[in-house]
Amino acid sequence: MKRLLFLMMLAPVLAWGAEAGYPLDRSPHEPTDLVSLQSGARLFVNYCLGCHSAQYMRYSRLTEIGLTEQQIRDNLLFTGEKVGDMMKVPMGAQAKQWFGVAPPDLSVVARSRGADWLYTYLRTFYRDPKTATGWNNAVFENVGMPHALWSLQGERGYDPEKNQWTQITKGALSQVEYDMAVRDLVNFLVYVGEPAAIKRKTIGIVVLLVLGVLFILTYLLKKEFWKDVK
Amino acid sequence: MTSRLQALWGWFDSRMPSAAEQWRIHAAEYYAPKNFNFWYFFGSLALLVLVIQIVSGIFLTMNYKPDAALAFGSVEYIMRDVPGGWILRYIHSTGASAFFIVVYLHMFRAMLYGSYREPRELVWLFGVLIYLTLMGEAFFGYLLPWGQMSYWGAQVIVNLFGTIPFIGPDLALWVRGDYVVSDATLNRFFALHVIALPLVLLGLVVAHLLALHDVGSNNPDGVEIKKLKGPDGHPLDGIPFHPYYTVKDIVGAVVFLAIFAFVMFFVPEMGGYFLENNNFIPADPLKTPTHIAPVWYFTPFYSILRAVPPLFNSQFPGVLAMGVAVVILFFLPWLDRSPVKSIRYRGGLYKGWLAAFVVVFVLLGYLGVKPTTVWGQFGFEAFFLDTRDVATWVARLCTIVYFLFFILMPWYTARDKVKPVPDRVTP
Repeated sequence: MKRLLFLMMLAPVLAWGAEAGYPLDRSPHEPTDLVSLQSGARLFVNYCLGCHSAQYMRYSRLTEIGLTEQQIRDNLLFTGEKVGDMMKVPMGAQAKQWFGVAPPDLSVVARSRGADWLYTYLRTFYRDPKTATGWNNAVFENVGMPHALWSLQGERGYDPEKNQWTQITKGALSQVEYDMAVRDLVNFLVYVGEPAAIKRKTIGIVVLLVLGVLFILTYLLKKEFWKDVK
Repeated sequence: MTSRLQALWGWFDSRMPSAAEQWRIHAAEYYAPKNFNFWYFFGSLALLVLVIQIVSGIFLTMNYKPDAALAFGSVEYIMRDVPGGWILRYIHSTGASAFFIVVYLHMFRAMLYGSYREPRELVWLFGVLIYLTLMGEAFFGYLLPWGQMSYWGAQVIVNLFGTIPFIGPDLALWVRGDYVVSDATLNRFFALHVIALPLVLLGLVVAHLLALHDVGSNNPDGVEIKKLKGPDGHPLDGIPFHPYYTVKDIVGAVVFLAIFAFVMFFVPEMGGYFLENNNFIPADPLKTPTHIAPVWYFTPFYSILRAVPPLFNSQFPGVLAMGVAVVILFFLPWLDRSPVKSIRYRGGLYKGWLAAFVVVFVLLGYLGVKPTTVWGQFGFEAFFLDTRDVATWVARLCTIVYFLFFILMPWYTARDKVKPVPDRVTP
């Protein structure tokens, strides 16, 4: 009876997932890989930050992923921002005219969409003459955003009916290299979504250890007192 | 030196209710049954979570901005730029769900052992009031992060009030302070969340404890320990709350905090159940999310709301059913006619009904987080099928069982075969 109850409480957790649509690939990002995070930061600043802001993120915070303030200034700041500034973009109203929707802020996009979605989405753009930008996406149908990374991936075609991909023009990166670049970018977006996540788990382990010790002490105390209860 | 301190202590003690006396009444000489089991941890844990929520809430308030244009950003500011801010926020968000887990288990304990029965009806009534207030507190608090789910969840719930005949639309307008959920709504919900309801909650908790300590605690055997007293005038089966239950509850608190810390530090979103993915998108009054679901602790009642079909184009019957589903808890002490309190001495009828109640409550909760299409549709048409969604029909069945549990209770508890109750508690 008790076991049955317990299993029933777990049912909602077990049934989680399973939604229709383009199948998502599992993102291979590694949150502790600083090299990957730095490469992701470079990609983000070069390819995303033109249109998308990450307005709750400070450049200076990137010292956490192993960059010095000088490196941030030299490699990631282009238009006279200060290193303590937020990652904002000057383009606002225009973007809405160009793409139909304002490019969303990406500060917490990894938390709303999830890493797997981003990893798949950024790798499934294809040429589609029927859309305004000439681009479409297998995960996010009729997305307003053109393929910002197309020079890296090259142009691809996709037949949704047969689920078939074709390479139309070559990009600067091979398919494997491109997947790795997207992995780095997703890694960075996950980091930007919750910069505290790196510290969080380390602190968590310490807290759990302290509570573990406390448990032993309090349990012994309880046993000692309860000796005389019959 | 000590005599000076003692004199000072005495000065205070002779000018207000003696602290030593209060300590004696509520701890050192509050005799609690010695056979409390696992289920008896959740009362003190609920008190612990209340303190956690109030303290973390105070610090969050120092940096949060109740302004439609700034609220979402201020939460991210807390998560990023406020030192330790993310810890405070995760404590508070995990605490919200933990509060309901603990309270649900605490209430279930009362149902297991008949703790709501005479002479503890008032303890139960104050408890249900605490639960109602907690629902309000959680609802108002959930709007504050100003994400999509905050916004549309509030929109949906406030609109429920709008379905009440005659006064509904005006009532909804009065609650919102605007024609849609807006900055005005956010400001008043903030006020209600940080001061009004916490005050009510604290008052009710005091009343709950005062009533409890006046009549004394129930126990897993449902035996009144006050009936058998030793030569010293204390119950034979009672032990002083302090130190026995203080040291025991501290162990429970440490285990609870370990689970709490695990969630907070390793899975703060709890797979989207404690912090919903959609709530990381800022509120957008022009974009309705495709699937709006309340947070998990409301979903059993939300399921009941969805399950009841509309009448004359009005959702009011569903709203009414949802309201009654909560209010019916108040009547529990008078619906139960069993000669015994504890499930240990009850017969199969009550055990069966209680098991069915737990199953449908969990099932309703599960269905409430999912779209009604989650289990597909019936493959046939029939005149009585207003919807072919299998899940809706399951929810309807569950809703009926939920209400039958209460409505039939006077009947099945009275004719249940009970076992003889011992005079003393069993180990």
